[in-house]
Amino acid sequence: MPVLEIANLIKRYPNPDGAFRTIVDVPAFAMEPDQQTALFGRSGSGKTTFLHLVSGILRSDGGSVTIDNETMSAVAESRRDRLRARAIGYVFQTFNLLYGHSALENVELAMRFGRGVDRTLARELLERVGLAAHLHHRPSQLSVGQQQRVAVARALANHPKLVLADEPTGSLDEQSASDAIALIRTLCRENGAALLLVSHDRSILAQFDDVRDFSTLNQAAPELSVEAAPS
Amino acid sequence: MSIVSDWGTLTHLARRSLRQHALSTIVTVLSVALASGLVMSVVAIQTQARDAFQSGTGGFDAVLGARGSAVQLVLNTVFHLETSPGNIPWSDYQQLLGDRRVKAAIPYAVGDHYRGFRIVGTTASVFEAFTNATGAPLMTFGSGRAFDPGRMEAVVGSYVADRTGLRVGDTFHPSHGISGHGHEHEYEYVVVGVTAPTNSPLDRVVWIPLEGVFRMDGHALHGTGEPFIAVAGEAIPDEHKQVSSVLVKLASPAFGEQLSREFNQKRSDTTFVWPIASTMASLFDKIGWVNRVFELVSYLVIIVATAAILASLYNTINERRREFAILRALGARRQTVLASIVLESTTIAFLGTVAGLLVYALIFVIAGWAVRDRTGVVLTIWAWHDTYWLTPTLTVALGALAGLVPALKAYATDVASNLERIS
Repeated sequence: MPVLEIANLIKRYPNPDGAFRTIVDVPAFAMEPDQQTALFGRSGSGKTTFLHLVSGILRSDGGSVTIDNETMSAVAESRRDRLRARAIGYVFQTFNLLYGHSALENVELAMRFGRGVDRTLARELLERVGLAAHLHHRPSQLSVGQQQRVAVARALANHPKLVLADEPTGSLDEQSASDAIALIRTLCRENGAALLLVSHDRSILAQFDDVRDFSTLNQAAPELSVEAAPS
Repeated sequence: MSIVSDWGTLTHLARRSLRQHALSTIVTVLSVALASGLVMSVVAIQTQARDAFQSGTGGFDAVLGARGSAVQLVLNTVFHLETSPGNIPWSDYQQLLGDRRVKAAIPYAVGDHYRGFRIVGTTASVFEAFTNATGAPLMTFGSGRAFDPGRMEAVVGSYVADRTGLRVGDTFHPSHGISGHGHEHEYEYVVVGVTAPTNSPLDRVVWIPLEGVFRMDGHALHGTGEPFIAVAGEAIPDEHKQVSSVLVKLASPAFGEQLSREFNQKRSDTTFVWPIASTMASLFDKIGWVNRVFELVSYLVIIVATAAILASLYNTINERRREFAILRALGARRQTVLASIVLESTTIAFLGTVAGLLVYALIFVIAGWAVRDRTGVVLTIWAWHDTYWLTPTLTVALGALAGLVPALKAYATDVASNLERIS
């Protein structure tokens, strides 16, 4: 049974003139448990918007996103929040760690909204990403690569069914990026989570068996597609 | 999430944020502390002072004195404040003493002081005459005994003893006037007793025999209209004697009206104040607006302090939008973000009221010392007053309310646009 199923997913944004521009129009997309897929595409092609729609951070204007048998687009915001916390891990390009919290607390914070704080697991995850000696360091006391690994550990904190990674190595050098992707892939496999990764880095994409051009999924051509505002 | 884990998350977020913005947290907590401490002390002090002045009559019902202000007469006789409105003839005291409607009459003659503490010439019966609320004698001797009416002996109140160091066996020279630097009399008095603390104006008095005031060097009696100087060894004719006032205990409250009529309507040179408590009540009613202004200002300070909470939190919301967006992206509900901000403001208000108790204690101790020093009235810091729960409750409620505005702003934070660029 697919862990992620998308049907006719639509997202529009208003133009200054009041007309709406379609950013995302994905007729169909699905991922099986343990599947690891990499997406690439031009900047501004709607990849981040797509991941935000999948995670429920953005609400779609049409279609459906079903995760772990729950249709995210059909439920209230608070339920989407709960589903996101429970079933989705998200690694952002800029990591989005909370500066006032230590590495351990960043991981625990994610647990608070999901399955509850499990300090042992949080430590294990950080040890697994090589940060055993940096549990109590704040993000500002960590290197970029270390911050990225905290973000990976945090994404896996609630045993998610699906991990979304948006240019997770954008701030890293080539070798560090390659190591980081290997780590993410391994951890997702170990945790039984599917991985949907967005990157424009060919060396990263080369590590994946399943690599897709986002423009083949997304029927919208955001920079061209302009249509009248819905009434 | 369950309520318990929700609460745990909320307290974690609020605690973290308060610590992260430690400086503004401390400043706002201090402003709330000052405000709530100010309100509690203003309300408690004025209530206690009012109660003390209205109930501190020592069991006496009325005061007889020279024609003038009733309030001045009471303040002078009962609280040993203000100047005496004048003297009344000795015969008035004797009339009251022999009146079946009067249970007790204590004469006072004032006009001298010792180091700012009033010297009152009276009879030895004064030491048994004052009673507390239960009817027990108010004045007892911490050391020594009552004065001998025929000797130059004195009994000093406990506060006088504390401040001047006078002890049994010590001697002193009274000074002329009720305060300040009046000339020192030649006569020397010996302290034969120190009263135990009564926590009343009685503690600030130096008691000497009435005769001593009549015979004090430099004093002239005007009972007949002509000055009369007492001669040592010779009795003073009653017609020359005068007293400043007479404290009166009635045999029955019913006689108060009669005596009041006799002294206030049939005479033009006397004032009979009855009942004492209602005179003090009317004084406080007259100056009640001042108290209300104080209270109003204090409550305004609380509002300003809670507005400071609002402003300090509101100003941080913009810089914290990313933080809220991250929390939401991790699965925090909008309500969780809103509640965490309200909890933050409520916590600031709560900590402020707790610290406000210290501010209250500080103000109360200083004000209590000043009140005791000037009036002898002792304010009790532990005496219960509704303001002790009303003010903290009001402050915390206002704090929670103040948090709602920034909380709603945080509630409305758009997640996607505050996380990172759209690719």
